[in-house]
Amino acid sequence: MNARRLWAIVLKELRQMRRDRITLAMILGIPVFQLILFGYAINLNLRGLPAGIVDQAHTSASRALVMDMLATGVVEPSERADTPEQLMTLLRKGRISVGIVIPRDYERRRAEGRAVAQILVDGSDTAVQSAARQLAQVPITDDTLPDLRAPPTSTPPEGHIRVVAFYNPERRSAVNIVPGLIGVILTMTMVLFTAIAIVRERERGNMELLIATPLTRSELMVGKVLPYVIIGLVQTCLILALGVWLFAVPVRGWLVDVFVAAILLIVANLALGLLISTKAKSQFQATQMMIFVFLPSILLSGFMFPFAGMPKVAQWIAEVLPLTHFLRLIRGVMLRGAGLWELWPDVLALVGFTAVMMTVAIAQFRKRLD
Amino acid sequence: MNTEAEPAIRARGLTRRFGELVAVDHVDLSVPRQRVYGFLGPNGSGKSTTIRMLCGLLTPSEGEIEVLGLKVPAQAEELRRHIGYMTQKFSLFEDLTVRENLEFMAAVQGVPRAQTGQRIDTLIEQYHFEDRQKQLAGTLSGGQKQRLALAAAVIHEPQLLFLDEPTSAVDPESRRDFWEKLFELADAGTTLLVSTHYMDEAERCHRLAILDRGRLVGDGTPAQMTAALKGRSFIVVSTRPRRVQHALASLPGVLSAAQIGASLRVLTEALDAVDAASMDALRERIQATVHEVDPDASCTPSDPNLEDVFVAATHDGRAREAA
Repeated sequence: MNARRLWAIVLKELRQMRRDRITLAMILGIPVFQLILFGYAINLNLRGLPAGIVDQAHTSASRALVMDMLATGVVEPSERADTPEQLMTLLRKGRISVGIVIPRDYERRRAEGRAVAQILVDGSDTAVQSAARQLAQVPITDDTLPDLRAPPTSTPPEGHIRVVAFYNPERRSAVNIVPGLIGVILTMTMVLFTAIAIVRERERGNMELLIATPLTRSELMVGKVLPYVIIGLVQTCLILALGVWLFAVPVRGWLVDVFVAAILLIVANLALGLLISTKAKSQFQATQMMIFVFLPSILLSGFMFPFAGMPKVAQWIAEVLPLTHFLRLIRGVMLRGAGLWELWPDVLALVGFTAVMMTVAIAQFRKRLD
Repeated sequence: MNTEAEPAIRARGLTRRFGELVAVDHVDLSVPRQRVYGFLGPNGSGKSTTIRMLCGLLTPSEGEIEVLGLKVPAQAEELRRHIGYMTQKFSLFEDLTVRENLEFMAAVQGVPRAQTGQRIDTLIEQYHFEDRQKQLAGTLSGGQKQRLALAAAVIHEPQLLFLDEPTSAVDPESRRDFWEKLFELADAGTTLLVSTHYMDEAERCHRLAILDRGRLVGDGTPAQMTAALKGRSFIVVSTRPRRVQHALASLPGVLSAAQIGASLRVLTEALDAVDAASMDALRERIQATVHEVDPDASCTPSDPNLEDVFVAATHDGRAREAA
């Protein structure tokens, strides 16, 4: 590999990129846009969730509890119901997101320190689920205590109001999404950029010129990929900064590890993009093929749905996707404060994926027109 | 090995099939050094395919190629250091400036780093881009693009230059300038292989190969080739050229009657013997046919031109094929 020719390709790519406003807009726009969009989805401060309330106790204390819950503003009574079963039906139909059940023996339960009320949550929406949990924090007012402004001794230990989440028992929070989002955005943009960068040259006829020169296949491929590594890192910085700033996402592990993990994913995706580019005949085809990779990545990697809950076959497919391994790395590093070396199987998987894809891509690329 | 006497390109039995279609059919070529060698043929005659095979971009289905003493495609990588290739479609980067394009090509073609700046400055001056160094290539006119493509193709001073229909999208004046540049390069010792479908350009070449439907149907210098048609070309002047043309088209022995303004250019089939008697007899026959339509029409022998050569060559080739 000749350094000068390699640099010539890199420089050319950077110069072209600088003049391509749509690509530039995509590089910066996609991360910001997605983060803001997902930011709303993971906003925990939901208000005015439609709720159904079944107060079977009908005591002043139970009514006081209901009033306290309503006072939080999280829920708003919207449907009438008399039994927990009716609440379940309303919940299933999507008429309410939260159901509050106060059992007949409320007073006794409170006296005995057992769970005093049940909140039924539509867990299919994680944001709702999280919001409903706030309700469980409502202090159970003891009307024998005259001063409500007394120090929070009246706050019962957790567990007095039981939250039962239906449909999605695993609770995932905002911090879980932002690290994953780095992976999703890198998967989306990196694969597409490289795939298109090469196919575009073929469409415009540049490729015929390039292959008639002494440029080698590796120089061409690596030279095409390198500028996008930089772009990928810029995107990573952007998402991280916004994630920390807007959503207070923690970085518990080393920042270096975060970037190493990002680079591993970037090169894996770029190699995949190259492979696509050797197969696609037009930019449109390249985009289509990219969607074939992108959808399973989003759905199976564990970004949207927990990996452990997937059927075996889906897990096998997921193991082939770079995003799956990246998610394990980045969540480990950012959220659990793990070191990359502790997560070596996934590091190895990403390196292996890159090596295989790159080799196949270079082997597939012919300096020929036939 | 790279002696002057050795031809720059030698090809034997060169064939390329795309599925059922035979794009190039057993073509033999010998291209002398330091000359402008022309490929003349209509669209789809196999010019581009042949050029691509010669510079190692396409693998021949059959046949042998030796370019600058190197076997192609086996030694195509080695060959690429010594050739320049100008594609039919503008293939430099439209979103790079004139100078950036040249810088890129210099680096890729291995122009020594120390000489790159100097070399680019020279080319910019020679090809008149002094005021346009920072202009994006995509915004250049057709003629300017071709000039830039040529400058980029010769940046590493290749021994052999392939040009695939370099002037197909260029106005006549730019074409003339462009050909001046080609002759300068040939004078400087470069061998040039140029494909074209323009007769006037073909006429300028030192040597010419005529391709028709993948076959080589003629080969020689333009002078040799026109001389070979002596006696087969006539000019008919008539006030009713279209009717005369119609009458001549069905006359046995007439290959073509092409209208040029008020006159017709008539080309006949090969004569059995090129002598005064048979030429007169042929003229008599044409005259008789013409007079039936237009008694005032005149018929005079004419010097064959390359157009005639082309028509005759493609016709003879097809006749041979049919036989």
